[in-house]
Amino acid sequence: MPDPVVMLITGARKGIGRYLAESYAAKGFVVVGCSREPSDFQAENYQHFCLDIVDERAVQKMFSAIRRTYGRLDVLVNNAGIASMNHVLLTPVSTVQKILSTNVVGTFLLSREAAKIMSKNKAGRIVNFASLAVPLRLEGEAIYAASKAAIVSLTQVLAYELADFGITVNAVGPAPVKTDLVCHVPQEKMDRLIARQAVKRWGEMPDISNVVDFFIRPDSDFVTGQVIYLGGIS
Amino acid sequence: MNIENGSVEALVLQSVGEVREQLGTSQSTEPSGQTVLFGLGGELDSLGLVNLVILLEEKISDELGAQIALTDERAMSQERSPFRTVTTLAGYISRLLDETKHA
Repeated sequence: MPDPVVMLITGARKGIGRYLAESYAAKGFVVVGCSREPSDFQAENYQHFCLDIVDERAVQKMFSAIRRTYGRLDVLVNNAGIASMNHVLLTPVSTVQKILSTNVVGTFLLSREAAKIMSKNKAGRIVNFASLAVPLRLEGEAIYAASKAAIVSLTQVLAYELADFGITVNAVGPAPVKTDLVCHVPQEKMDRLIARQAVKRWGEMPDISNVVDFFIRPDSDFVTGQVIYLGGIS
Repeated sequence: MNIENGSVEALVLQSVGEVREQLGTSQSTEPSGQTVLFGLGGELDSLGLVNLVILLEEKISDELGAQIALTDERAMSQERSPFRTVTTLAGYISRLLDETKHA
């Protein structure tokens, strides 16, 4: 990996994305974050863009700025995602479109544009976010799980399509972490979910960055198309 | 933004030359408008075409100040691809630039 590593993190304003932005900036990476709203995280080696990750023109402008400012992009972390808990019979189509758009189209668009910059150096790492909702077939999260299943497929196919460019594509499936995404889910439901894990505890932020660290290591250039679920789920 | 089709074609020709160098594919003739890029008898495989697209998008952004995505449903079509020849590609880019201008 070059020094400094240039890393782009989507959904960097809060939650897991914010944690990753802060911790990789602290490690000396040049971190570029994006989210719809401004971020209050400030560091010399941190730059934030306000955009919707499904706005093709805005995304292209951000990548153009990254290319001109840093001349490269080494790592993309496709963290941004939204969820909605509902019974499938009560789910409006507008919610379905919104979730699929942000989670699937956003991940696709960012990966496509990132791969263009990464291909110039014949090296790059893309890390996507899967979810335990897929292997656990979580009731009440049909559309969220479907969007994450799509991300898993995207990860696996992109791994093949981008291998010739020296780009690896992998995904991490975090165990439930106490973020905004799960704060409205009843405690009882979360307890039942955690009980289905091999290691029965909440996920912590460092559990996730540990997997990201592994995927982005220079030695991991033979690791691609893989999904690592945390907590022992498979 | 007022971009003549000719200047776009010149940009495509320049980029084709650079991709040839990148890929190490020596051609006996200089690229021209009629040069078949992709499909039957084309000089680029899908990887070469992707390299050309990346280069062109970058040049269009840097030299013409426009953000366009050279994506099309027919990209991989052997006969109807807008990426078929230098001239069809230049025409396609000019159309996208026009759309950007009127967006």
